[in-house]
Amino acid sequence: MAIYTKEEAKQIMEKALSFSKADGCVINMSGSESGNIRYARNTVTTSGHRSNQTLVVQSNFGKKSGTATIDEFDDKSLEKVVRRAEELAKLSPESPEFMDPLGPQTYDDSLTFKESTANVSPEYRAEVAAKSINPAAAKDVTAAGFFNDSAGFSAMLNSNGLFAYNKSTNMDFTVTMRTKDGTGSGWVTRDYNDITQFDAAEASKVAIDKAIMSSKAKAIEPGKYTVILEPAASVGLLGNMGRAFDARTADEGRSFMSKEGGGTKLGEKIVDERVNIWSDPLDPRVPTGTWDGSGQPVKKMQWIENGAVKNLAYSRYWAKEKGVNPVPFPSNFIMEGGDASLEDLIKDTKKGILVTRLWYIRGVDPQTLLYTGLTRDGTFYIENGKIKHPVKNFRFNESPIIMLNNLEKLGKQVRIDGNLVPYMKIRDFTFTSLSDAV
Amino acid sequence: MKRREFVQYAGLGAGALMMPSLLLGNNISAEALLDPGMDVAIKKALADVALNTAKSLGASYADVRIGRYLNQYVFTREDKVQNVVNTESFGVGIRVIANGTWGFASTNNVSDDGIKKATNQAVAIAKANAKIQKEEVKLAPVESHGEVTWKTPIKKDFKEVPVSEKVDLLLSANAAAQQNGANFVNSALFMVNEQKYFASTEGSYIDQDVHRIWPTFGVTAIDRSTGKFKSRQALSAPMGMGYEYMDGLASEKIKGPDDLILYRNSYDIIEDATMAAKQAKQMLTAKSVEAGKYDLVLEPNHLGLTIHESVGHPLELDRVLGYEANYAGTSFATLDKWKSKDFEYGSNIVNLVADKVQPGSLGAVGYDDEGVKTKKWDLVRDGVLVNYQAIRDQVHMIDQNESHGCCYAQSWNDVQFQRMPNVSLEPGKEKYSIDDMIKDVEKGIYIAGRGSYSIDQQRYNFQFGGTVFYEIKDGKIVGMLDDVAYQSNTQEFWNSCVKICDESDYRLFGSFFDGKGQPSQVSAVSHGSSTARFNGVNVINTGRKI
Repeated sequence: MAIYTKEEAKQIMEKALSFSKADGCVINMSGSESGNIRYARNTVTTSGHRSNQTLVVQSNFGKKSGTATIDEFDDKSLEKVVRRAEELAKLSPESPEFMDPLGPQTYDDSLTFKESTANVSPEYRAEVAAKSINPAAAKDVTAAGFFNDSAGFSAMLNSNGLFAYNKSTNMDFTVTMRTKDGTGSGWVTRDYNDITQFDAAEASKVAIDKAIMSSKAKAIEPGKYTVILEPAASVGLLGNMGRAFDARTADEGRSFMSKEGGGTKLGEKIVDERVNIWSDPLDPRVPTGTWDGSGQPVKKMQWIENGAVKNLAYSRYWAKEKGVNPVPFPSNFIMEGGDASLEDLIKDTKKGILVTRLWYIRGVDPQTLLYTGLTRDGTFYIENGKIKHPVKNFRFNESPIIMLNNLEKLGKQVRIDGNLVPYMKIRDFTFTSLSDAV
Repeated sequence: MKRREFVQYAGLGAGALMMPSLLLGNNISAEALLDPGMDVAIKKALADVALNTAKSLGASYADVRIGRYLNQYVFTREDKVQNVVNTESFGVGIRVIANGTWGFASTNNVSDDGIKKATNQAVAIAKANAKIQKEEVKLAPVESHGEVTWKTPIKKDFKEVPVSEKVDLLLSANAAAQQNGANFVNSALFMVNEQKYFASTEGSYIDQDVHRIWPTFGVTAIDRSTGKFKSRQALSAPMGMGYEYMDGLASEKIKGPDDLILYRNSYDIIEDATMAAKQAKQMLTAKSVEAGKYDLVLEPNHLGLTIHESVGHPLELDRVLGYEANYAGTSFATLDKWKSKDFEYGSNIVNLVADKVQPGSLGAVGYDDEGVKTKKWDLVRDGVLVNYQAIRDQVHMIDQNESHGCCYAQSWNDVQFQRMPNVSLEPGKEKYSIDDMIKDVEKGIYIAGRGSYSIDQQRYNFQFGGTVFYEIKDGKIVGMLDDVAYQSNTQEFWNSCVKICDESDYRLFGSFFDGKGQPSQVSAVSHGSSTARFNGVNVINTGRKI
């Protein structure tokens, strides 16, 4: 049993804390049960179940701190782990950036746990695989997929009176469908906290259709194109842009957010004014925990407002150095969308490329947030409002900042990797070479 | 955005430094790392419990891995220690074949009872999966080795070197960088010891002690007036060596162009940090490259990553067959190309070898994680594709009956599968120095160290950056370049290889945290080469104005 209730977790952690002789002590406890199934070549290849529970003690004497971990929660083990953290603290060098444990906080109740997801059985997982493999085989397509579900809890208690607890469930699904002759490939991803929202057959059909549609792609010249990015295509670039919202590297002058001559771009307009991005742990479509690893409450926070940088994230240490309030890094992001469906966006495109996803995204220049990578699993040429034919994959070299400055139109939002991202139409997206990969 | 996206260590660059928290075990003191662990006789008795239980439950094959994984990581920035991590993870993984199907289970309860329970679970999983399995597992024969041992031939065990000495060394490197103009410097030392005991129903009991080390840093120079910043990463390589890698022996240094110092089997971190700071400052005003075709002279610590991505991964047999289609992808190097016996992977001077025995390499072990004695074999000979990387249950698919010995699991609680061995470019047979590579180039670029990297899911189209770039004009290095990346196609690129330095320039590059599989597992692998030249490669300019 790796998922403890709030009361059970608190009791164990209080017991552990009672053994502490250090100046400060922070106890983190977590546990999870997860199961997965993997398939390829239209047959199941591996399946597994993982159960883990762990209790981490961080003790400090002044600015010397030590951390120890244990996975057994009887009194003897709890005392042992606290003693070990204290021994390690005494031996460790002083950390000038060490912050004393935070005092008591108030948190919102999270929406992250769904009983249905916690009850997924091995039979359910096998059925997910079957709902992918059978329709694929019927259309002479080869399925390779991975489904993972998990349920878990995390809790925190410290010597300054802070207590936090959260329970959550998640499921992730991806499948790649390839035509037998290897000329077509389609892909789909789904993730939810609540498994009742998941339909394996529906998702698999999207990938099968894309595989067939993308077969025998034609090569067109690389260059600057108007693109319609599905949410799976833009989420990677947006997530990478999110990393630049760290106040410390911006203040230090080594981030896109650093300003020429010193200071940061806080308050400056960096992208099209229709771009609004925020995080919200209580959005029921993409719920997350309501406290972060240091115990700070996580609230709704605006990051980009009407194209301008509204907030940067401050760790507790950096906030103290700068005399501001800490701003925790978000655990999801939500980008405002519009009413247009994917079909609507295609319909009003004269000439463009529809991109299913971007793959192998790597940073090229942190100064301009330039990234490279490739299109994959369904890239199509659009002419006069219609998909004309599949095209060979492209390598791109593009910055999400330039991309969001070249915004043409926003479409509907879709949940992707725990975030909400709209379909987007972008002009002048830079493709630099062609790839033969399918 | 997900939290894990923010765990990256700022300033150290590359995503490869994402801390793989799954690899960490329980925190212990540095002294406790020296604990010898469980006696080998007890391990043998426990292994027999697993093997006998599996057989009694009807398994036709079983192997057991009792693993103790020790890690020590030290992180610093400027004059501060950020973190010292010592961890231990101990447990047992049991893999069986029952009803022709694999089953795997693991436990950290390393006792008769715990092992019996996990073995039961592994057999039950195999039997359940057998119902949906279409093809029975077919294992290539393996020699019974009896009781054997193997140890990385280290001179200094990192566990015996005091943490304070390591901290002092990193802080000295940081100070050297700052004294030479760096605004920021992050440095880290990763040290790993895998104590692995393997036994199987084939009659092998194998005790191995594997060591790895990786010192690295990132140095940043800033020009506040222009807002420009440039980083220069370390030119070290992760190695399958002990702490002796940090000795900085003069005999292991190689002189590169423009006073660049390159390292073979011994690393001088203070010297490299000094050089890095000066170069990071130079980069702030370096000339932006003009896009076009260039002859590229690629240094081994750079070329290793290109080998990894464009040769190592596409020749993994499971990728070729489609088992990795949903994650990293498949491969352009399909079976028909291999069967034709005339697929020109590269020019006729290109010889690429797979290797699990090379001293000092990250992939070197005596036996792989399914008890196969390791070896060296050809992948590409005289430019032609001749073989893949395959393990016991795969070699029959390419009509071979001997495993290549490249099976690996990142930990006792992960199932072993095919992983990349060291894949290296053989040095050239003719006597050529680095200068010989450069002297007849009219318009070219010399690139050292790893940089940005990206390649498609079938390994055709790639783009690589680097750590430092130098312009070559009429046979001479004329200055530093910036904003350089080259794009090519794997087959085109390797066929443009015209010259390779001889053995005297040969050295290893390494990848410490290479990912594969779902759920993903990491492994460490080296890639050796001598400096080599590739003619007429497409270079793009990555500079942008925002």
